[in-house]
Amino acid sequence: MIRIACPFCGERDHSEFTYGGDASVVYPPLDAPAEDWAEAVFLRENIRGMQAETWHHVSGCRLWLIVERDTMTHEIRSVRPAHPGIARALGINVEEEA
Amino acid sequence: MSRYSAWSVFKNGLTGNRGWERAWRDPEPKPRYDVVIVGAGLHGLATAYYLAKNHGVRSIAVVEKGWLGGGNGGRNTTIVRSNYMMPGNRFFYEHSLKLWENLSHSLNYNVMFSQRAHVSLLHSPAARDAAARRYNTMRLTGSDGELWDLETLRREIPHLNYDNARFPIIGAAVQRRAGTARHDAVAWGYARAADSLGVDILQNCEVTGIRREGSRVSGVVTSRGEIGAASVGLAVAGNTSRLWQMAGLGRLPIETHKLQAFVSEPLKPLLDHVVVFGVGGTHFYISQSDKGGMVFGGDLDWYKSYAQRGNLPIVQDVAECATSILPCLGRVRLLRHWAGVMDMSMDGSPFICRTPLDNLYLNAGWNYGGFKASPASGWYFADLIANRRPDPVIEPFDLGRFNRGLNIDERGAGPDPKLHG
Repeated sequence: MIRIACPFCGERDHSEFTYGGDASVVYPPLDAPAEDWAEAVFLRENIRGMQAETWHHVSGCRLWLIVERDTMTHEIRSVRPAHPGIARALGINVEEEA
Repeated sequence: MSRYSAWSVFKNGLTGNRGWERAWRDPEPKPRYDVVIVGAGLHGLATAYYLAKNHGVRSIAVVEKGWLGGGNGGRNTTIVRSNYMMPGNRFFYEHSLKLWENLSHSLNYNVMFSQRAHVSLLHSPAARDAAARRYNTMRLTGSDGELWDLETLRREIPHLNYDNARFPIIGAAVQRRAGTARHDAVAWGYARAADSLGVDILQNCEVTGIRREGSRVSGVVTSRGEIGAASVGLAVAGNTSRLWQMAGLGRLPIETHKLQAFVSEPLKPLLDHVVVFGVGGTHFYISQSDKGGMVFGGDLDWYKSYAQRGNLPIVQDVAECATSILPCLGRVRLLRHWAGVMDMSMDGSPFICRTPLDNLYLNAGWNYGGFKASPASGWYFADLIANRRPDPVIEPFDLGRFNRGLNIDERGAGPDPKLHG
């Protein structure tokens, strides 16, 4: 079981969360060419090692998190809210993304 | 290489079983081959065998970082079926099932293929209608398929949970020609048959780099030295993206996820068929091996991973599925469970295709379906490498289908690799 330290709820089992996917994917503007959209939707780096990914604390606070996790060892380096504005509004101290 | 036969079993039985030869050689790598296949799993070994047998290629190496059949070839639940409906999948998997039906004879190796029927339980009229469409499509395209009503199902499998299931069973969709095979024997059979046709199987030979010359590859760098090649075929599950990046080709429509399989302690004969249970978010498949163990599996571990070890929530998940559909298993003990890393593709369908490099070929993206596919996968991948053009059957399995909007999404799950089963 992976344990994820949710910044809102504390450390919890991963079975409380659902896995989103690669957090490095950036979707292009709506009027971008179809090829750009195909790349963003279908192509993946598929990193073996540390990758940023989204997790949804679906059985907890229901907020999205960005987790840096090693895909080979499952070691977690960092967890932060996907939407820091929500964290600030809730008075949770979060480190801003560099 | 001596042929296996009833006579050889009898003769060696009388002479203390001292007359058996080793099944394949352990050669040193040569500096150069006509074809180098990366990955001595079922797909790589089958490809090498059909390249030698169907296309007369005599200089072939299969390089493997571990031991042959040590990846997903030995980590699956051994189910063989062809109940696919989508254009592209339909004829490919049917061809594979036909190859399975004669595989033991072709390879002179008993792969213990058992056509014990694949029984998908149905729980609602809507599911029955969808199954009728799928299984009628199969019947109209040269395969077999039938729908069992509740009475037939009760007669065939009397000990399912008919009385108080959360999702009452109303019947089943059945493919009688489907079944199971012994997965290790398939790897060993292909390895032995390929070796006897001169294929060098190089184990403990990890590819660490791919040599490129412009738009071609000239060979592979391995832990046992550099090996030149006129053509290179990639047939590795789980690590396809890493090899793709070694060739400098960027990203692929693949994510690596892990899938577990389980086997219980051996029981007396209990289940004659492969039974599949999938409703209300569950996904569960079970059969009984010839040794008596209940062999079963469920969903992926639900997050991307290269680790070949499974997590515990899935153990709980499949145990719940097992006891909900076969309550008689409630006190059976789990013997082993293991995990393999899958190439989960963006539409749940595979790739057997050319690549941006002239003499590099790709066989990848098998999702949950790699075991049953391995004979046809090797058959058509060999044909692709030998003739440098895809057979019409595998034309849909190219990398460009996403750009053309022609995804082969059998499950209708959308572009999310973890959702394709």
